[in-house]
Order: sequence, then structure tokens, then C-alpha cells
Amino acid sequence: MKLKDTIHFNWYKNLFVVFLLLVCAGGSAALTGADFSEVFENAGQIGIFMGRLAHPDFSYIPDILNPMLKTLQMSVVGTVLGVLFAIPFAFLATTVVTRNRVVTGVIRFLLDVIRTIPNLLLAALLVAVIGIGEATGVLTIAVFTFGMVSQLIYEAIETIDEGPIEAAESVGANKVQIAAWSIAPQILAQIASYTFYALEVNVRASTVLGYVGAGGIGVMLNSSLALLKYERVSVIILTILIVVAIVDALSEMIRRRLA
Amino acid sequence: MISFEHVSKTYPNGVKGLADINLTIGDGEFVSIIGLSGAGKSTLLRSINRLIDITEGEILVNGVSVTKAGKKQLREIRRHIGMISQSFNLVKRSTVQKNVLSGRLGYYSTWKSLLGLFTKEDYERTREALENVGLLDKLHSRSDELSGGQQQRVSIARTLVQQADLILADEPVASLDPITSRKILSDLQKINQTMGKTVLVNIHSVELAKAFSTRIIAMKSGAIVFDGTPEELTGEALKAIYGKNILEEEEEAPDEA
Repeated sequence: MKLKDTIHFNWYKNLFVVFLLLVCAGGSAALTGADFSEVFENAGQIGIFMGRLAHPDFSYIPDILNPMLKTLQMSVVGTVLGVLFAIPFAFLATTVVTRNRVVTGVIRFLLDVIRTIPNLLLAALLVAVIGIGEATGVLTIAVFTFGMVSQLIYEAIETIDEGPIEAAESVGANKVQIAAWSIAPQILAQIASYTFYALEVNVRASTVLGYVGAGGIGVMLNSSLALLKYERVSVIILTILIVVAIVDALSEMIRRRLA
Repeated sequence: MISFEHVSKTYPNGVKGLADINLTIGDGEFVSIIGLSGAGKSTLLRSINRLIDITEGEILVNGVSVTKAGKKQLREIRRHIGMISQSFNLVKRSTVQKNVLSGRLGYYSTWKSLLGLFTKEDYERTREALENVGLLDKLHSRSDELSGGQQQRVSIARTLVQQADLILADEPVASLDPITSRKILSDLQKINQTMGKTVLVNIHSVELAKAFSTRIIAMKSGAIVFDGTPEELTGEALKAIYGKNILEEEEEAPDEA
């Protein structure tokens, strides 16, 4: 049997793709000056760091409970705000609702722009504009959630059954009534599910927002690292891990019920 | 009364949906429209409540031009035209009550319907309509728990609540079994005979069309090729509608719009 009769008939093409990937990886490493030998040379340093991390200072826990709670609150408030604003924009971002390509195009472009801003950059910008503190964190999370959830919702709207829309139209309903009566009931469960998904993402993301001054547990993490208090860093990381795990588990449980 | 005056519809892709239709349908008639897929039955029905815009001519419903109606006027006209379709068009996640009540949307302002401020009379109308189709016990059931025939009866109840004096039914029984089909059509017949509502039905089954309607219209390539009583629809007439050209017709036939 010849090779060209088997599923491997394309082998030279596949080999070429692998070759291309290697060239890309090698080229990037050379350009950025990445050097793996450095990692091994500094192995001793890693050992010291890990050693100190392995001795968490549990007496520090009472001091981080409040910031951790603040982080959670920031996430919840930010998520709710973001979703509330996302809903109307998501409706306008589909031709199913607007029947107008221009309106939908403009709204989608705006949403795309908002989504391209990285989380931390957004936080840094807002810190510069509003100042340091939890309010900035809330706003960052709200904007980030808005961008993410609006896309999820409008994609959900595009997959709905359009029959009820025609039915509402034929009884003389206007566009707002169609949105509220024919479309919303079909996607409400999904919106709720996306909200919890966004909350999961946000709790994880919000722990580092403090790094740029947007409040919460990140502030403590930042200062402990800067002061080389690895025993504290260790406790903070553990706390974050546990909280994130609890939030994820709860949210997943709720989302499964919604589906 | 519905009247078509030199109505034509050409789709953007060049397909002729309707070709110079002149037609008058009187109050209280039960009209079946038959013909091959793509003959223009759906286009004819949907042009009446302007879910499809015609390209030439004018359609009048009770003397008012549907073709020239403004946005607000069109809403008012649509209030009085009920519509039933092959796919039932219910919000499956909503209750039967909510689906039937939605027939009243055209009578409410936006904010009142958003807040769900429906009048006592409309709740009563909903109960009556469901009682009429024998589904009062399903008032609070979710619509997707119902069988196909029951769902279609809910959509009939919606047109009753709407107090439509004209009911357009686009292939109402195409997805139902023969026995349920007969039940649905006799429901429509009952509504036609006891409440005096005009009923227009697109239907594939010639047998059912002959059994239930007072008038049969046959379409072919966007034109009316037969218009008469069920008795007049003889084998010869049927041959002219479906006859030898079936293959040719199917080749030309656009997808049901």
C-alpha cells in the first residue's frame, strides 16, 4: 500500500506546519532574549522562595478577611452593573431586534472596542481618572463584564426561535413588546447563567486588580510581595484559592440548575 | 372583506411570488388555498397582514388599505387579523396563559405590557378562549409540555383573545397527524360558523380542503388557477393544478417563504 492511499497522504504538509511552528517559537525566543539556562541557574532562588511560601503565617488571616470580602463585594456589584447595562445593548446588537444593519453595526463596533481593552489596562486607566479605591475596581469589573456578557447575550438572541416574533408582530405588537414578550423569555435562563459565569471570572480577575490600585485583596498581595513577606503572600494566595474554588462550585451548581 | 387589486410580488432574487392577483374574499367565508409548494400560497396569506410587502397593486381589508398603512395604522389593522402557523409560534418557555394573553399586545401601550398590567377583562377573555379550545386546565402549564395539537389549539386561542375577525392559517396542520389535523380544522370551522370569523387556510391536503371549506382557491406560479366551491373542484380541475407539470413546477419552485 502506498502512503498516499492512507490517512497520512498529507504528511509533507503536516511536517511543514510543524516546521513553521518551530521557526515561529525559535524566532520569538531569539527576539525577546528568552533563555532557559537562566531558569536553571536561578534554581536556588526558587528553592528559597518556595521554602518560605511553604510556611504560611496563619496569624495574618484576620487581617486579610476584610479585604477578601471587599474583593467579593466588588465582583458582585460590578457583575450586576455590567449585566444590567449589557442587556439593552445586546438587544440592539442583533438584527433580529433592530431589523437595521446600520444600528446593529455601530453598536457591535462599540462593544468590540470595549472588549479589546485588557482588564488591567482598564483598571490602570480608571485609577488614573477616578483614583485609588474599591469604586475603581467596581467600575473596572462592570465595564469588563459589560463587554463580555453583551456578546454572549447577543449571540444567544441570534439562535432563538423566530416564530414567536412573527406571532407577536402579526397581532400588532411593537418592537419593544416583541423584545419583552417574544425574545426575553427565550433567553432569560441563559442571561442568568452568563451572569454567574461572569461572576466566576470576575472573582478571579478582581484579586489582581489591587495591583494597580483598584482595591481589594490585590493591594495586600502587592505590598506583601514588595516587602518580601512570603509567609504572608502564601496565606493570601491560599485564601484566594479557597474563595475562588467556593465561588466556582456554587456558581456551577446554580448554572446547572438553570440549564 | 379582503380585496386584492392587481397585486404582484417579486422577491429580490427575481422569483415571482404573486402575479397580478385579483381576488375578493367576503366576510364569514372559509377559504382553503391549495397548490404546490412554492406556488405562492404563503406569500398570498402573509401579504394580507403585511408580514410580506407586495411590490405592485393594493390590498384592502375592510376597506382600509394595508399596503398604504403607516406604522401605527398597520398595528391597528393587525390587531384584527389573527395568524396561525405550521410551527405554532408559541414562546415555548412561557406559560399557556402568557402565550394566549400576548394576543392582546396590540391593544396595550408599551409600558403597560412591559409591567404586565393587563385588565381583568383580558384575563377573562384568556380563560374563555382556552375553554373554547378545551385547554382551560393547561392555563399555567409551560407551552413546551403540550403536544403539537394542543400547542396549535393554544395558538388558535391566541387569535380568539385577539378578537380577530379574520384568521390566517399558514399550513396549520402540516406537522400534525391526520386525526389531530381534523380536530384542528373542525375547531377552525366551529369558530367560522359560530362566531362568523373569516378563515383563510393554506393546506396541502385536497381532501381536507374539500371537507371543511366553503370555497377553494388553487394557485400555480403565483397566479390563481382555480376559484370555486369544493364541488366544482373535480378531478379534471385537480389535474390542471397538480397534473403533468409537477416536475417542472418543482424545479422552478422557490423555497416556501
